[in-house]
Amino acid sequence: MRKGSVLSAFFGVMRRDALSLWRRRADALNPIWFAAIVVTLFPLALGPEAAKLARIAGGVIWVIVLLASLLSLDALFRADLEEGSLDLMLTSAQPLAVLAAAKILLHWLATGLPLLAITPIAATALGLSPKALPVLLTSLALGTPIISVIGACAAALTAGLRRAGMLLSLIVLPLVVPVLIFGAGAVEASLTGTSTTQPMLFLAAGLVASIALGPMVCAAALRLGNH
Amino acid sequence: MVRQGEPIFGPLDFDLHAGEVLLIEGGNGSGKTTLLRVLAGLLSASEGRIERNGVVSEDLTTPVGFLSHALGLRADLSPIEQLDFFACLYGLRPGISAMGALKSVGLDGFEHMPVRRLSAGQRKRCALAALLHTANTLWLLDEPYANLDRDGQILVDRLLEAHIARGGAALITSHGLIEPTVSRVRRMRMELAHA
Repeated sequence: MRKGSVLSAFFGVMRRDALSLWRRRADALNPIWFAAIVVTLFPLALGPEAAKLARIAGGVIWVIVLLASLLSLDALFRADLEEGSLDLMLTSAQPLAVLAAAKILLHWLATGLPLLAITPIAATALGLSPKALPVLLTSLALGTPIISVIGACAAALTAGLRRAGMLLSLIVLPLVVPVLIFGAGAVEASLTGTSTTQPMLFLAAGLVASIALGPMVCAAALRLGNH
Repeated sequence: MVRQGEPIFGPLDFDLHAGEVLLIEGGNGSGKTTLLRVLAGLLSASEGRIERNGVVSEDLTTPVGFLSHALGLRADLSPIEQLDFFACLYGLRPGISAMGALKSVGLDGFEHMPVRRLSAGQRKRCALAALLHTANTLWLLDEPYANLDRDGQILVDRLLEAHIARGGAALITSHGLIEPTVSRVRRMRMELAHA
């Protein structure tokens, strides 16, 4: 791969961010710890009645994954802005949307994917019916990248602000409500025995649209914040 | 150039040719950094136009080597990893390895130490090594002498001399304390717009 090509810039951004995440892996694991702790809180708060927990497990896991994903968004572009490497990305004449796509992909790999990986354990702990687990996993696999994309756009807008965490949640949460409704809806449908096709198709459509438009919107937001 | 209704600097008309250094002098707040950011395409000018190679560069199609006060280095990464990142973005200058570039700025022995643990002057040297390592022909350097010791200042002069000898061009700013000793230097003075 020739250095300075678009592809090398994409992997360059990914490699650099992956390295600095690895050097701060204790911080990077925060969303996972958060999710694990919240899952254990529900049986304590609602009582150990298995049937009650099993009924709400799908929705609970979806909300936890959503909130856990927000935790790592705040820092997504902050370092780039503060250390000045955003200026480098802009002066390198590489398409900013491609570089933003690299950052979004890494966010999903570092947050969405590990959350997906612990979901079977969380689902078992809450007593979710095993037949609903594949549906839950599929809906999360389709939905978590959408959360990463929408979240990255909001993080790009708020990167220049101090303590933007609350503002970030205020921007992101209303926008991802449809993802939550279709995701939790699919799990609910599989429990009641109705078809899950419709919510899954909505999630898949949302994912395709996010992948196609998200990096461009994110790049525009970064430029807006920089000027 | 106007920001929030306040003029930052007045009309300027200048050109920069291959093989020369243009030194922009001016006191604190005279708009040197803002001018550099406009030229780099990071800010848009309120009026006027910039041409690169005779083409109006509304959108940036050619990369520039840009050194600002924020050096663009990631605190957790080592100099050698920073240089690799710069090369991925800008492309490599043929004939010099990352190790070679770090050696020539005096960072040999620090190649694998996280930038967090380097001094301000060493970080500056790391950013200079990145300029040396990447392929850009136009350099926009904001206060390249700041934070450097006497040897470091001589090093900047040497890098600039080699850069213009290769046919590159550089635009550097200075608040006037340090005189660059490079063969082909032109000067431009910026005054406060609302003094």
